[in-house]
Amino acid sequence: MKTRLIGTSIGLALLLWFNNAMAILTIEITQGVEKGLPIAIVPFAWEGANKPAHDIAQIVEVDLVRSGRFTSLSPKDFLSYPQKDTDVDFKDWRLIKAEALLIGSVRELKPGRYQVEFRLFDVFKKAQLAGYRYVVGSEMLRAAAHQISDIVYEKLTGEPGAFSTRIAYVTKEVSNRTHIYKLQIADSDGYGPVTAVKSKEPLMSPAWSPDGQKLAYVSFERKRSMVYVQNVADGKRQMLAEFEGINSAPAWSPDGRRMALTLSKDGNAEIYIMELATRALRRLTRNSAIDTEPAWSPDGRQLVFTSDRVGQPQIYRMNADGSGVERLTFEGSYNARPSYSADGKTLALVTLQGGRYHIGTLQLDNLALQTLTDTQLDESPSFAPNGRMLLYATEIRGKGVLASVSADGRTRHTYRFEMGEVREPAWSPYNQQLRYKE
Amino acid sequence: MMKKFWMLATVVSVLLLAACASQQPAGDTPVDEGAQTSGAGADQGMDAGDVSSERVVHFEFDSSAIDAEGAAIVEANAKYLNANTSVSVRLEGHCDERGTREYNLALGERRAKAVERMLKALGVSGARIKTVSYGEEKPVDGDHNESAWRQNRRVEIKY
Repeated sequence: MKTRLIGTSIGLALLLWFNNAMAILTIEITQGVEKGLPIAIVPFAWEGANKPAHDIAQIVEVDLVRSGRFTSLSPKDFLSYPQKDTDVDFKDWRLIKAEALLIGSVRELKPGRYQVEFRLFDVFKKAQLAGYRYVVGSEMLRAAAHQISDIVYEKLTGEPGAFSTRIAYVTKEVSNRTHIYKLQIADSDGYGPVTAVKSKEPLMSPAWSPDGQKLAYVSFERKRSMVYVQNVADGKRQMLAEFEGINSAPAWSPDGRRMALTLSKDGNAEIYIMELATRALRRLTRNSAIDTEPAWSPDGRQLVFTSDRVGQPQIYRMNADGSGVERLTFEGSYNARPSYSADGKTLALVTLQGGRYHIGTLQLDNLALQTLTDTQLDESPSFAPNGRMLLYATEIRGKGVLASVSADGRTRHTYRFEMGEVREPAWSPYNQQLRYKE
Repeated sequence: MMKKFWMLATVVSVLLLAACASQQPAGDTPVDEGAQTSGAGADQGMDAGDVSSERVVHFEFDSSAIDAEGAAIVEANAKYLNANTSVSVRLEGHCDERGTREYNLALGERRAKAVERMLKALGVSGARIKTVSYGEEKPVDGDHNESAWRQNRRVEIKY
């Protein structure tokens, strides 16, 4: 069953300018939604001499709109611009049909140190839903903004936000006729990329450990595919798999103690589980077909994977001991790269429909396949930890870019990095929270 | 002697404002030092001791079947390997960009192994053959169309 996409293209581009010349990033709303919860975000008041480079209210607005759950009302339509709770007149906000109101301020305590305050109001109930104060250094201003987004999202939708998370992805640039591949880690909105690995040979398949402290990935730096595990904090890494043949598709078990891998050491691409403490391997699949792209169910008891045992790639599920294999996809000639949502009810996948590769979801209770994107060459879907959005790679005008889509397919955004090709996104688990004062 | 053509890299390194950046065409053409021209001279009249100038076998989408044209190329290389028993060979399997990267990594290996099997059947010892897959990671043509995809679905025979 395919559900047609509903939504209007509103071609609104939000430009984010950063002081780092390398980091001009555009987030373009390629498909918007008009039915989000209307929120009025008042530009935050500023008090101090050295205005910070980051506009907190704008970061929050981009986060919330990107989620597809909110419509941000234009400040031009506001009847007042309150900075303190005592300035708020709820009548002004009912008139412009705002259901929620966010106000706040940023005050410079000393150079490079700021006090950020915000208050969130329910316009109809005329009540404050949240009010927090943070004291942060300039390097943590964006983290504070994303945390405000998380609080607003949770207060208004009842579900946790996933803005205070990170994304890993691979870039490819050409310089002096040499390819440069980088595994990068950035904030969930693509800001502040840090290079974790740089290589002249391809990198692929980054996978976060469940605690967000490590990344597993595939590197061709020794002229063939091998799997490494690297600490995010200090960059220390170890070789995990360098068997004969391909070493690829790392996937951490939810308890972080085992790694599912695709190895062809026994002659053909098969799925194995490695105990990380002992490096002991257990082979799960025995089939002359390609078996790859393993992903764990959130309870760690099952894995889904891609296999072409019927002559074309389709998605299967098996128990973590390799027993009980069952086919899950029956529609179309190419379904691959499955991954679970955090609640275990949905798979994200790549599906070939009408000659184009799209991101889709499969509901596990009734095996209904829904196509979420309408571009082509879409791949590598990765759920946000709250399951409400997916990050994926696509191609626009010949260039690889990242994009996000809400899990219902109604809202899509494109991340444009100015340099090189971008691919293979992986959304981190939840992060540590900032300390704050209520 | 074989001819090696280096693909020219067109590096458009323009620092663009984000709004204009979206209007720019792709600024990079893939560079692959190992890329070889195909169709550059057949092996007619070639001595068994000469290295074949044809060292790329092409494939259909999601297939590792070697067609008649590919078989002729593998045979010519088997002839060379059988006449030069000290030479070892590396078979690099590649895919087009369609489909998923990990599946293509396995598919590229299956293609390399298909060529390996045929070389072995033609008398080349397996000990002299190494296979590797790059999946879709090293296209020779970075365009996103049928002609590029046809070029990219390949096994490169490297000495």
